[in-house]
Amino acid sequence: MSSKNDSTTETSPKGTVVLNEERCKGCTYCVRFCPTGALEMTDRLNPKGYRLPTLAHPEKCNGCDLCGMYCPDFAIYGKRLKKKQQEEE
Amino acid sequence: MTEIKAHPVDGLLRTDRIPHIWCPGCGVGTSVNCFTRAIEKVGMDLDKLHVVSGIGCTGRVAGYINVDSFHTTHGRALAFATGLSLSRPDSKVVVYSGDGDLTAIGGNHLIHAARRNVDMTVICVNNYTYGMTGGQVTPTTPDKALASTAPFGNYEYTFNVPHLAVSSGATYVARWTVFHVRQLTRAMTKALRHKGFSFIEVLSPCPTLYMRRNKLGAAVNLMEYFKENAVVQDGADTATVGLESGETIIGEFVNVRKPTLKECYEERMSEALGDEFVPYEGDK
Ligand code: SF4
Ligand code: SF4
Ligand code: SF4
Repeated sequence: MSSKNDSTTETSPKGTVVLNEERCKGCTYCVRFCPTGALEMTDRLNPKGYRLPTLAHPEKCNGCDLCGMYCPDFAIYGKRLKKKQQEEE
Repeated sequence: MTEIKAHPVDGLLRTDRIPHIWCPGCGVGTSVNCFTRAIEKVGMDLDKLHVVSGIGCTGRVAGYINVDSFHTTHGRALAFATGLSLSRPDSKVVVYSGDGDLTAIGGNHLIHAARRNVDMTVICVNNYTYGMTGGQVTPTTPDKALASTAPFGNYEYTFNVPHLAVSSGATYVARWTVFHVRQLTRAMTKALRHKGFSFIEVLSPCPTLYMRRNKLGAAVNLMEYFKENAVVQDGADTATVGLESGETIIGEFVNVRKPTLKECYEERMSEALGDEFVPYEGDK
């Protein structure tokens, strides 16, 4: 779990998302309905040829998990980060 | 971001079958996402939850939810579920199916399950067409919309589904869209807790067989349409919520408590037979 080491100084994000790329079908729901505009579509394709979203603005994500509710494919979800957890992610 | 991790609702899904068969942006998936969250919220005993589907794209739901489920023949989900509900009075039976399966082929079962106030929840995903069988007209296809069986546009009158349910006797009736994920989840929560016949119509995009033929763009366009145009009117007279008006009225329309089929039966039999009547409480 501690493989990534984002430095968590000033304005650390309140949340983050987890994307299961194999499941995504590129419908764009998560991007269009994220209330903070934290996600964007990319040109990257998954093995089935679907365009993938990404957390383009991690500082905006509050972990509300609305993306996780919209996703028809159970491919993405948001989670809140507690102050201490921010080092882990 | 790239590592494979379980989704929070994976426990309620048959993950060995996921990715599911639904097309990109198919609203059925989002409705199921809300449904899994409603199940969690209610905190149900999963051994006492049964999901029954008919045939169709929405009819596949029974195969993806990780509880005891049954995939019936076309239109017969409600008939099967009525028997299940009566024989397992301590369980919650949910019929999860599409507009074609529930309002056309199973239309007769729908009005009578509602009339008898059978204790069950019906989730009716309305995507205006028969998806799985190739985009034919259903009773909910809008006026003039193109379908494989209406190449010059639909000319039949369109069912007002919530009104059908209310008029037939349903005791909880709501309509939401798959854009309204939080409200839909809340409505599903209420429907699952409701004693009696609860019915939720879920308006939902079928990008592949309905929207493409009608040049309505990508699935997300209908989601945006719901976002911009749907009007919440809780308690609205369902006679006024027909979609043919061009308005999309959503909300909780009816929520009343009335004796269920089983309760009516027991009352009648107790009156008629007195102590000789022993109510059935399920296999113990
Ligand atoms: S968790 Fe909420 S804020 Fe973060 S990306 Fe998802 S929808 Fe946006
Ligand atoms: S909502 Fe789900 S399937 Fe659609 S683009 Fe986002 S992650 Fe992919
Ligand atoms: S055909 Fe339509 S309803 Fe069926 S999975 Fe595809 S988008 Fe969904």
